[in-house]
Amino acid sequence: MNTRRLATGGQINRNKPLAFEWDGKQLTGYEGDSLASALLASGETILGRSFKYHRPRGLMSAGVEESGAIVTIGTGARRDANVKATSQALYDGLVAKGQNAWPSVRNDFGAVNTLFGRFFSAGFYYKTFMGLPPFEWGEGTGAWMWYEKIIRKAAGMGTASRKADPDAYEHANGYCDILVVGSGPAGRSAALSAAQSGCDVVLAEQDFALGGESLSRAEETDTLPQELAALRNAGVRLMENTTAFGLYDGGVAGLLERVTDHLSTPPRWMPRQRFWTMRSRFTIIASGALERHLAFGNNDRPGIMTANAAKIYLSRYGILAGENIVIATNNDSAYLTASSLSNAGARVTLLDSREQVLNSSQAGAQSAGVDVQHGMSILNAKGSKGVYSIDLAEKSSVGWSAKNQMACDLLLVSGGWSPVVNLLSHRGLKPVWDSVNACFIAPEHHEPIAMAGSAAGIWDHAECVQSGEQAAAHAVTHLHGQRSQTPNQSGGWETPIEGLYEISVPGHQHKSFVDPQHDVTADDIRLAHQEGFVSVEHLKRYTTLGMATDQGKMGNVIGLALMAEALGKEIPEVGTTTFRPPYTPISIGALKGRNVGSHFRPLRRTPLHDWNLNAGGTMTMAGLWHRPWYFAQPGEGIGEAYVRETETVRRTVGVCDVTSLGKIAVQGPDATEFLNRVYTNPFAKLAVGKARYGIMLRDDGFVMDDGTTWRLGENDYFMTTTTAHAAKVMTFLEELLQTRWQNLRVHLTSVSEQWAGIAVAGPQSREVITECAADPRKVTDPALPFMGVIETTLKGNIPARIARISFSGERAFEIYIPSDYGPAAMDMIWSAARVRAGCLYGLEALGALRIEKGHVTGAELDGRVTIEDAGLGRMASDKKSYIGSVLKNRPELLKNDRPRLVGIFPKDRREIFNAGSILCQSDNVSGYGNGWVTAVTHSPALGHWIGLGFIEGGHSNWADRDVVCADPLRKGNTPVEIVSPHMFDPSGDRMYG
Amino acid sequence: MLRIQCPFCGLRDHSEFSYGSDASVEYPPLDGSQEAWHDAVFQRENIDGVQFETWQHTLGCRMWIVVERNTRTHDILSVRPAHDGIAQALNPSLMIEPDQ
Repeated sequence: MNTRRLATGGQINRNKPLAFEWDGKQLTGYEGDSLASALLASGETILGRSFKYHRPRGLMSAGVEESGAIVTIGTGARRDANVKATSQALYDGLVAKGQNAWPSVRNDFGAVNTLFGRFFSAGFYYKTFMGLPPFEWGEGTGAWMWYEKIIRKAAGMGTASRKADPDAYEHANGYCDILVVGSGPAGRSAALSAAQSGCDVVLAEQDFALGGESLSRAEETDTLPQELAALRNAGVRLMENTTAFGLYDGGVAGLLERVTDHLSTPPRWMPRQRFWTMRSRFTIIASGALERHLAFGNNDRPGIMTANAAKIYLSRYGILAGENIVIATNNDSAYLTASSLSNAGARVTLLDSREQVLNSSQAGAQSAGVDVQHGMSILNAKGSKGVYSIDLAEKSSVGWSAKNQMACDLLLVSGGWSPVVNLLSHRGLKPVWDSVNACFIAPEHHEPIAMAGSAAGIWDHAECVQSGEQAAAHAVTHLHGQRSQTPNQSGGWETPIEGLYEISVPGHQHKSFVDPQHDVTADDIRLAHQEGFVSVEHLKRYTTLGMATDQGKMGNVIGLALMAEALGKEIPEVGTTTFRPPYTPISIGALKGRNVGSHFRPLRRTPLHDWNLNAGGTMTMAGLWHRPWYFAQPGEGIGEAYVRETETVRRTVGVCDVTSLGKIAVQGPDATEFLNRVYTNPFAKLAVGKARYGIMLRDDGFVMDDGTTWRLGENDYFMTTTTAHAAKVMTFLEELLQTRWQNLRVHLTSVSEQWAGIAVAGPQSREVITECAADPRKVTDPALPFMGVIETTLKGNIPARIARISFSGERAFEIYIPSDYGPAAMDMIWSAARVRAGCLYGLEALGALRIEKGHVTGAELDGRVTIEDAGLGRMASDKKSYIGSVLKNRPELLKNDRPRLVGIFPKDRREIFNAGSILCQSDNVSGYGNGWVTAVTHSPALGHWIGLGFIEGGHSNWADRDVVCADPLRKGNTPVEIVSPHMFDPSGDRMYG
Repeated sequence: MLRIQCPFCGLRDHSEFSYGSDASVEYPPLDGSQEAWHDAVFQRENIDGVQFETWQHTLGCRMWIVVERNTRTHDILSVRPAHDGIAQALNPSLMIEPDQ
């Protein structure tokens, strides 16, 4: 390839040279260049190595369909693999490297694979290495698992950086009346007329420059800036560097805006990329068409590209890519390109496979000095690192026959055009085959989408502009609630295209590529057919046709045509595969946006968060909540701290932040009836000023949640739920009232955020409360008995709700104060507790206290547990009906051998065992065992480790049997004793007293 | 992404809503038979075409709504409040005419 940059012409700024690095070499391009055009102008021809055979590859196109120049951009943590050099804007200091090659793309040892190419047909690795004799003849895939790792290394793409991504990404939301995709002639005319009709229009262009096809049409480049200004003046929002990668339901489009990928030193405040969710009422797809290759011998050599690519490099980038150029075509579009290349100084031969052409542009081409030959094409290209000659093929009545050789340094191919119907296909619409134009076009449909320009299969420039206006008119009509038709007529060539996909002559064996990115050849397709993979979906999976990063933009139609020929069918009968988003690859970073690190999920802090931290609390996550885990004193770890806290609660008093419990205000004349229907135990007769512990089931009869509900007034209840199920319970109760029980007059309000909660537990809890209450007489034993509730004030006029309820098994109170008063109340309560040798305690001690008492929590109520299983059967009323009361009595759920809640002691009291272990008979440790362990703790009250768990039939069933706690991966088997879950103070004297 | 016309908040992304269940299911009374409850809870049609669904506008007004949706095309044909009284208050034309 004798490539040179012309002195004039193109959309580049020759006064602004940009330095960049390619595979360690320092090169220069100009502002306005793509990386591909800068490499081409610098004479770099080998830019990549193919996936399987490691064949040298150069530029094949000038756009997103590129399958040769796939490179890695950037260094260190900013290394970005598999970038198409054709769509990457050049910037000063850009560093690019070739990939899938060692030591470099120019000299790659992997190229040895080419020598064995004839063996590497479709399915080669699986056929060869699976069930590899003699080790696993006719057996499994064990050895394959081993070979696969090595094979995967030899084939492939670039590698991602293993460092954390240092860049920021953003999610953005957009709204518009009409989204126009593509800024070519059709897209611009559509956007302008829509905006002039008063619509809010967004125009998205994937390229770093606006203009599309017009950027490489010499006659338009002068007027393009004024046209773009007119669009801006009309109010069109122009978004360059923005790919519409997917169309979804409800007029939602996914856009990826590359904000800084074209800048050499991005400002630090800018995100690298922005992921737009764009909601439009109508979409106009003017995404253009992609030029196809033809299948012939060695059609992947560097120095072979699409005719349109050469035109773009010439007109947009001012590069004449060759001196002695051959163009092979089957349609009219290459004639103009041939003329411009000839006018720019190249010797051009145009091989048109069609024997007769009625073509005014043919006359133009000939007068421009192009040698036009009809009924001719290419059989084979010669040269491995660049083309130096070609074997010609001549058409005869029986097919193609080999002809003479011809020297050239650049081979251009135009095998027809494929409209980009991908976005429409995302909506589940199958493209239909247009046999006149030999391409897939949009089917008839009723989506609020219109195709315009060459995306609709329209080839004539003036008609493209007109189709844009028509699409806009159609869109405006639609927005006004009326129906209209898009009158798009595909076509526009003087002489019809010839349906030519492959040139081959019997006896001439060459590799001819259909999908160059995945190294799928024409013979692979035929082999797949021979082996019975005749469905297009199977063909795709077997040969990997169209499964590379370009998703078959270059090769799919050729592959379908070859399969149709092998089957003796027409292309539409073979069908086409479905295009799925994204149209071009998008980074994981853009998908995650800002949801990374501590922003990965929301964090909930209680009003006492800072108070807990100041008091020396170590925090832990409980769902989204940050809760105090333990309060270590100097020299203590978690083990010592929680044991001391547990002991202190049982001996004197402890104070704990329990704000994260769900809190729901249940109010209204029918609130009592409502609660009576959702709780298993009776609520109809709960007195004002009393609280009750309640269990809720799901419709299917399993336990949903538990908590206490306080009756503050005749029609006024305060419900607490577990931390984990707060949202679920709220949603379920709302559903019941709005759907099933519409006549109940009840209002629900989530007040979880409004109240801070503090538990005060221990023998001296009463003294602490008395000291804090504004009126101590209100919290005496008779005034506030077990399960009593009062609304009162603490000292300092702090409003408070206090109930005497206990989770720890000690005499205990829960105090709720309005959130903003939380820290002030905590100060007061903690001072009163501290002077009584009390402690602050966290989640770990809370767990130890409840395990000792056999109180269930989320670890036990995992959605598979019935009220009987949890040992709470006495709370299931048989005098009323409630949610779940019918289905909890399914025969299977009533069986006596269901796993029931039990307590667990180690036989040797000095031993420790783990939560998550399974419980087995000691002589039969196998399978799922007979039960499992849900929670363990060291019990200071009992002086050894204890646990809660479930085992078939409950503890009475296992009283005298040898049981082990099996933990094969960690600890091994620990002999245990199955006991009642009420391991400490079973009579409850401490709690009631 | 589906876009749902919330009767209270307007057109919103479906990500603000939570799917509930099949809106055509009539739950038996709390003391109904085990068979009736079994059918209501477990037996669901997998409809290809138009179905009625309950959704909650969880991240909005928290109201439960009934969405008439085509499962094949994702077209949303109608949306109304799940609570009949509220639906009538919003749209008096839904009011059942008293007998003359």
